[in-house]
Amino acid sequence: MAPALAWLTALMVVPCALVLTLAFFRRGIYGGIEYTVTLENFGLVFDPLYARIFLKSAYIAGTATGIAVIIGYAAAYAIAAAPRRLQPVFLFFAVLPFWSNYLIRTYAWIVLLNREGLITQLLRWVGYTGEPPSMLYTEGAVIAGLVYNYLPFVILACYAPLSRLNPELGEASRDLGASSVTTFRRIILPLTVPGIAAGAVFVFVLSIGNFVTPALLGGGRFQMIGNLVYDQFLTVNDWPFGAALAIALIAVMLLVLMAQSQFADRAAGRTIEARGGADG
Amino acid sequence: MNEPRTLLSIDRVSKSFGRVKAVEDISLDIRENEFFALLGPSGCGKTTLLRMLAGFEPPSDGRILLDGRDITRTPPNKRPVNLMFQSYALFPHMSVRANVSYGLEMERLPAKEIRSRVDAILTTTELVSFADRKPEQLSGGQRQRVALARALVKRPRLLLLDEPLGALDKKLRGAMQLELKRLQNEVGITFVIVTHDQEESLVMADRIAVLKDGRLLQCDAPRAVYEHPCDRFVADFIGVTNFLQGKATADGVLTSNGVKIAGKVPNMLSPGVATVAAVRPERIRLFPSPETANRVAGTVEALAYQGLDLQLHVRTPLSDKPFLVRVTADAVDRQPVSAGDQVELGWDAADVRIYAD
Ligand SMILES: Nc1ncnc2c1ncn2[C@@H]1O[C@H](COP(=O)(O)OP(=O)(O)O)[C@@H](O)[C@H]1O
Ligand SMILES: [Mg+2]
Repeated sequence: MAPALAWLTALMVVPCALVLTLAFFRRGIYGGIEYTVTLENFGLVFDPLYARIFLKSAYIAGTATGIAVIIGYAAAYAIAAAPRRLQPVFLFFAVLPFWSNYLIRTYAWIVLLNREGLITQLLRWVGYTGEPPSMLYTEGAVIAGLVYNYLPFVILACYAPLSRLNPELGEASRDLGASSVTTFRRIILPLTVPGIAAGAVFVFVLSIGNFVTPALLGGGRFQMIGNLVYDQFLTVNDWPFGAALAIALIAVMLLVLMAQSQFADRAAGRTIEARGGADG
Repeated sequence: MNEPRTLLSIDRVSKSFGRVKAVEDISLDIRENEFFALLGPSGCGKTTLLRMLAGFEPPSDGRILLDGRDITRTPPNKRPVNLMFQSYALFPHMSVRANVSYGLEMERLPAKEIRSRVDAILTTTELVSFADRKPEQLSGGQRQRVALARALVKRPRLLLLDEPLGALDKKLRGAMQLELKRLQNEVGITFVIVTHDQEESLVMADRIAVLKDGRLLQCDAPRAVYEHPCDRFVADFIGVTNFLQGKATADGVLTSNGVKIAGKVPNMLSPGVATVAAVRPERIRLFPSPETANRVAGTVEALAYQGLDLQLHVRTPLSDKPFLVRVTADAVDRQPVSAGDQVELGWDAADVRIYAD
């Protein structure tokens, strides 16, 4: 316990405390920090210019989360429905991209999407002669990159409750007269929604603060909160404002996590029961 | 008396999983309002047969008819048949009431009718005070009743029960056996129950089908199955039996050590073939009258007290296994026996069943 606590203090509490204190100071005229206490950095966070970037980040992260949940749940459902001995193989392939570097994975999308990239070449090959479509450096490219990167989390999070679900629950529903759609909506979905929530929170939290994917796939003009924070620290040299933005971002993430844990507590009872059924 | 109506016909049904033949060429007619038991050892295909009746597994071969209508390919939600699962399969996120209402909601009945029918069945199954509980807050016996209520409330033509009492302890089982029978009488629904417990099937069923390795061996009333098992396996599986090995003669069996057992030999057993004679322990008398057809002397090895009855283990020259003899405690009071005593055993030729070995 003690070493863990020491690590946590060194790696989490101290940096967070530093960032938090930083946010209450003022930027020096030539960069650097002027040690007078102020709240104006937090006021600036709510400036429409920056608030809009917050909203846009939330929108991008939300869209990526929605798409990742739909694809990830469907994939997890298919894996859980496969023969038992094949499931570990499919799971292995689902998380295989994790074994390569995040940057390399993201660069792969540039190769795929750029004007003379693989998709354009494929279109040419099937006979398309018009303008190459502009796919790289768009909002869509950023969303695709985020979905791709975080999809394995969703698959794993959804697979867990789906694979534990007693298949006889679905059969009982059919036996009592429900169609397969109703069975999914009233039995399978409610019993596996904790997995969806866990996966969704993962994607959302990691996406909203992301700065690599927007920088590489969104192009220079494309800014999310993560890029803004990055710029404040490394380009503009306004560390106190960067710190305030970072604190605001952390606050949003904490809110999302707290909502999810509330939800998970309420759902815990039924998940345990669904597992008990599978054993019996 | 008019012939009882056939509700369900299983017509030469088979089911294979890859190379495993789970059910092989079974034909059965189940009658209206009957309490029918499928009995057999674990792995003999009982669940598979039941799942085909419920619509979860398509038969590899054969047809299933309900009221004369072919339902072989009808999906489970379109059959007037309900299955009570071995695991109960209660919906864990729903209350008892919601579990029981579910099937009626699927029929899109008016809310008022759903309410009154659910209330009625909760009363019948003594679950009213648990209506708002979740399945995890119930005991095994209560869960079993919820599963039963959930299926019964649909008023199916046929209710299938897969080892419904398997998860209960022995005492509760006995009570629930009678309870199930009472309920079946009350609701007037045909029950097909699966069990591997021969005693349970004898107590509950109007007729029993004995299965082995996916095949139907015998289908008859409990008494007929008990008194006239069709083969050695059924005789062994149902109740307790003494087996004596030997060769068929014209009027009985000649055991390997030269003792003659009188009994009726089936026509298909020609003299000289290996046969086995079977005698139920309760058919054997101690100290028989001299004109008794089969008599043998032996030594009492042990006595086991079983309530009204005593079971004696008697060592005889007929076989290496002790002979099991069941006598009433009263009889032993009148004519005491104890371990080590020499006794004479006797039974009538009519009580001997002879099978191919
Ligand atoms: N889905 C399945 N896939 C492969 N084999 C199965 C399947 N279901 C049952 N079996 C096999 O069929 C046989 C009969 O099983 P089952 O009907 O469950 O027996 P019982 O209910 O009488 O114990 C067993 O050998 C079992 O292993
Ligand atoms: Mg079974």
